[in-house]
Amino acid sequence: MREKILQIIEKNSRVGVDEIAIRLGEDEIAVANEIKAMEDEGIICGYHTLIDWEKTNIETVSALIEVTVTPQRGQGFDKVAERIYNYPEVNAVYLISGGYDLLINLEGKTLKEVAKFVSDKLSTMDSVLSTATHFVLKKYKDHGTIIQPADDREKIMP
Amino acid sequence: MRDPLSKRTVALKPSGIRKFFDVVNDMPDAISLGVGEPDFDTPWHIRDEGIYSLEKGRTFYTSNSGLMELRREICNYLNRKYELKYDPKSQVIITVGGSEAIDIALRAMIDEGDEVIIPQPSYVSYEPCAILANATPVIINLKNENDFRLTAKELEDAITDKTKLVILPFPNNPTGAIMEKEDLEAIAKVIIDHDLYVLSDEIYSELTYNEKGHISIASIPGMLERTIVINGFSKGFAMTGWRLGYACGPKLIIEQMTKIHQFAIMCAPTTSQYAAIEALRHGDSDVAEMCESYNQRRRYLMHTFDKIGLPCFEPFGAFYAFPCIKEFGMSSDEFALRLLEEEKVAVVPGTAFGDSGEGFLRISYAYSIESLKEALGRIEKFVEKLREEKNNR
Repeated sequence: MREKILQIIEKNSRVGVDEIAIRLGEDEIAVANEIKAMEDEGIICGYHTLIDWEKTNIETVSALIEVTVTPQRGQGFDKVAERIYNYPEVNAVYLISGGYDLLINLEGKTLKEVAKFVSDKLSTMDSVLSTATHFVLKKYKDHGTIIQPADDREKIMP
Repeated sequence: MRDPLSKRTVALKPSGIRKFFDVVNDMPDAISLGVGEPDFDTPWHIRDEGIYSLEKGRTFYTSNSGLMELRREICNYLNRKYELKYDPKSQVIITVGGSEAIDIALRAMIDEGDEVIIPQPSYVSYEPCAILANATPVIINLKNENDFRLTAKELEDAITDKTKLVILPFPNNPTGAIMEKEDLEAIAKVIIDHDLYVLSDEIYSELTYNEKGHISIASIPGMLERTIVINGFSKGFAMTGWRLGYACGPKLIIEQMTKIHQFAIMCAPTTSQYAAIEALRHGDSDVAEMCESYNQRRRYLMHTFDKIGLPCFEPFGAFYAFPCIKEFGMSSDEFALRLLEEEKVAVVPGTAFGDSGEGFLRISYAYSIESLKEALGRIEKFVEKLREEKNNR
């Protein structure tokens, strides 16, 4: 039951417990308990909204930053990652295999704000060796959702 | 001037589904629960394979029976899923959808005057195809109290000296009924006793919602040599527009079907055939995911019927429910038309699938939960209005 509940609310977290119960042919209370348990266990970490800021008149800038760091004795990459992810403008931090170590997704209000974060905060950390900042020009798909669906296709009625 | 038309063709009634949807197309805010088509796009990896085959320049005819590679995959698939063993060289033909397979199977097997038994309610093409093949259709009216399954008794009663072929349309469009193993064994016995053949249309075989899953009558001992199994990619793999189906059966029959196919069609679309190979090789998880999604909608639909108080037997196959509307004392046509005019919801009257569909509606749940919610809300309102009208009379 867990996997099916998660599949439903991963797509749409606003689906009510009653509807989930009907769709899965399960008892409503059992579904509610399962969701509560998954929240407590940290399996369900939050209920967010996917927003296409482009369509608003609010300016936002999204950047992906590659960072190489020196791992610290006894703490590896975790300590420096923590110093980075505690900044609220940092949306995501991943430890990456390959040519660099950390990948940061940053959501800022302006280009300047992002630049400032990189030059003032990130580059000046002791263990950060280098950074490479890539600005996002266009989002095609996010969280499994295609941002601008191709609505030019025709549905033909049989 | 002479009448240019064939009397037999003119006498055929056009499909009752189409008639209805010409009206719907002119209504922008109407919601349709009418179309018998998956709402999913074909999974991307399958589409991608079709595109790739075009890029590679695979734009030529295939052999008449279809690509050998695809026939081999079909045999593997039928063996893996339904325990059916066919020889890809001589017992499979790839067709333009399941519909073509129905047509050429009937034409390959029927002589003038042979009787073909057609259980109804069922898909709209069996009867006209039988007529066009010079057969005499014999209709069995399936019953709600049997959950619209075909019983051995009903079959036995319809058989005469002239009976040659029985059409077995399960999982069923429009009722959603399925046949379980015991039901099929009883039917098989009658078929063998009377030396008949079966055309088993299993196009919805991937979409069943009980634990046992679909069982093919051809897997019952003694039936493989008496059955033409028809299946395809439209429903299970969400590939309606690709127009790809197939028929499997005894070499003798497939040979003759291939002859008709060769003259009328040449071969099924090449691009679709390449895409279908990918579908069979790597499509299991897509099918499972779509099936789970249909099942959730099915439960939602049944729950809502229960709430509204519309009687409906629980369908375990395809993506249709067949609720009964007899309490309102009007014909299916009248109900469907008023529902469309007054609440702007399109459903198909049960009579489109045979006279025994009178008093029922076909409701497709191959629509998003959101559309279902909105449409069912409107149906509830309509039903309440009708009940009020009835009380005030």
